[in-house]
Amino acid sequence: MRNKLASPYAPPVIIAASIVLISCLPLTNFQVRMATLLFIFSTVVLGKNLLMGYAGQISLGHGAFFGLGAYTVAIGAARYGLSPWLLTAMSLPAAGVIAWIIGRPILKLRGYHLAMATLAFGSIFAMVLTNAVHITGGPDGMALDMAAVRLFGMTPRWSWYWICGGVLVLAMYLLASLLDSPTGREMRAIHDSEIAAGVLGIDVAQAKLRAFVISAVFTTLAGCCFVMFDRYITPQSAGILRSIEFVTMTVVGGLGSAIGSIIGAAIFVVLPQFLTVFHEYEQAILGLILVIIMVLLPKGIAPSLAGWLRSRRASSC
Amino acid sequence: MLKVEQLGIRFGGVVALDGVSFSVAEGEIYALIGPNGAGKTTLFNCVSGLYVPTGGSVFLDGADISSLKPFERARRGMTRTFQNLQIFEHMTVVENVMAGARIHEKGGILAHMLGLRSVKAQNAATRRQALAHLDQVGIADLADQMAGAQSYGVVKRLEIARALATQPRVLMLDEPVAGCNAIETAEVDAVIRDVARMGVTVVLVEHDMHMVMGLADRVHVLNQGRTLAVGTPEEIRRNAAVIEAYLGATEAADA
Repeated sequence: MRNKLASPYAPPVIIAASIVLISCLPLTNFQVRMATLLFIFSTVVLGKNLLMGYAGQISLGHGAFFGLGAYTVAIGAARYGLSPWLLTAMSLPAAGVIAWIIGRPILKLRGYHLAMATLAFGSIFAMVLTNAVHITGGPDGMALDMAAVRLFGMTPRWSWYWICGGVLVLAMYLLASLLDSPTGREMRAIHDSEIAAGVLGIDVAQAKLRAFVISAVFTTLAGCCFVMFDRYITPQSAGILRSIEFVTMTVVGGLGSAIGSIIGAAIFVVLPQFLTVFHEYEQAILGLILVIIMVLLPKGIAPSLAGWLRSRRASSC
Repeated sequence: MLKVEQLGIRFGGVVALDGVSFSVAEGEIYALIGPNGAGKTTLFNCVSGLYVPTGGSVFLDGADISSLKPFERARRGMTRTFQNLQIFEHMTVVENVMAGARIHEKGGILAHMLGLRSVKAQNAATRRQALAHLDQVGIADLADQMAGAQSYGVVKRLEIARALATQPRVLMLDEPVAGCNAIETAEVDAVIRDVARMGVTVVLVEHDMHMVMGLADRVHVLNQGRTLAVGTPEEIRRNAAVIEAYLGATEAADA
């Protein structure tokens, strides 16, 4: 049992099982919607975790990639009448190329400087979305007109539950495989020592760029799912605040933890629903909870709890 | 195998290295010694490509590698360890060594993400090889523990195992036994002899004179960024200039 849990594929299996189990519960329509949003944002956080938690590079501009996916689908469908699925398939390699072009110069920067450069990229993208009114609909956003999706005759709501759940499990599988591969070890190595990675023959710049591109593609895919599921996208959904939310989800859930990515996303998607009883204090309470979590569990929720469990087991032996 | 010609570097107005030259044959163990601040680590950094020297050239196997980055030098068979440890603390001990084998592993990033059977088979082979390197330095029993939680002596040897995983032709060791106890020192000493016997060129900086004099084929003494003397341990021991500048200083300090 312990060996199975230590397998790199334990997280995707656990989450796949959870998705199936949750579907058996008598959920309200609203709860199904929340679960679907959780899957979408978890996919983003997984990608962010590859970049931040494993490769150790920050980005404050990932909202732009979320917007890139969502707006590609919305604009392509509205202006050119293309299929949203086709647009999704097209936007992923496009996002990869764009991330590569942007990443090449800015990933030479480190720490605060990298944060500023990615923030600038995110701001510019959000400004374009807001101001190019004739293309993007401006601050009001854009609706996506798409035929209802009925997977195996299910309701659209449950169809999207399974599609987004499937995307999340796929992303978790890809991440788990990557981390347990030569390329993944390269990325984890540069997190701890770029110098040592260099003298072992690892091309540090290339490893960073690859982590950035993969995380951008994950985020873009989530953006495509989001607009198809929600049928609407606004610049706020792709703005700077969104970028910072992504970072916060990653850090709160736990850097370098796949399960932590989902917990981090859940804090932002699910918790606010319970806080609505506080009305106008909702945001303040959410902020307070985040502060308390970071003080009590400084490594993030998942790694801190795992460490606590390990030390308990060790002391009980 | 390794040839260094007229290497020099200045930091601002300070001349840290001035016209240092040496060459090391295949399978030779070459020690760099000198008082603190003599420029040993600076020389290491220039040869491995971490610093860009102000003048001079480095040749590996006859090819000028002076303009290559550290990772390019590593791919040509030159690697090193660090005095201030540079391990991957968020990885396990064996994963550290596996990262060292990266340049010998195959497969594109897509194959790696898809977790293809061939990638898994390669992982298993790399792990076996890594365990052998850990065994070589005597820490195979710690393979699956986190590297960040290991003691100083273990981490020192882990760096050597990781460097060996690159299958270097030139291995540079910066104070490989500093902070190690007598048993660990003897183990590292034996590992270095083994590695050299297999034809690897070893360049080391070390303060443990007992170890250096017993281990090295030739010793290169640096003082204030310049070459003071080069010779066999016997010759160095008898060299008047060395005794005055270096050994003499220690004796004076001992007295």
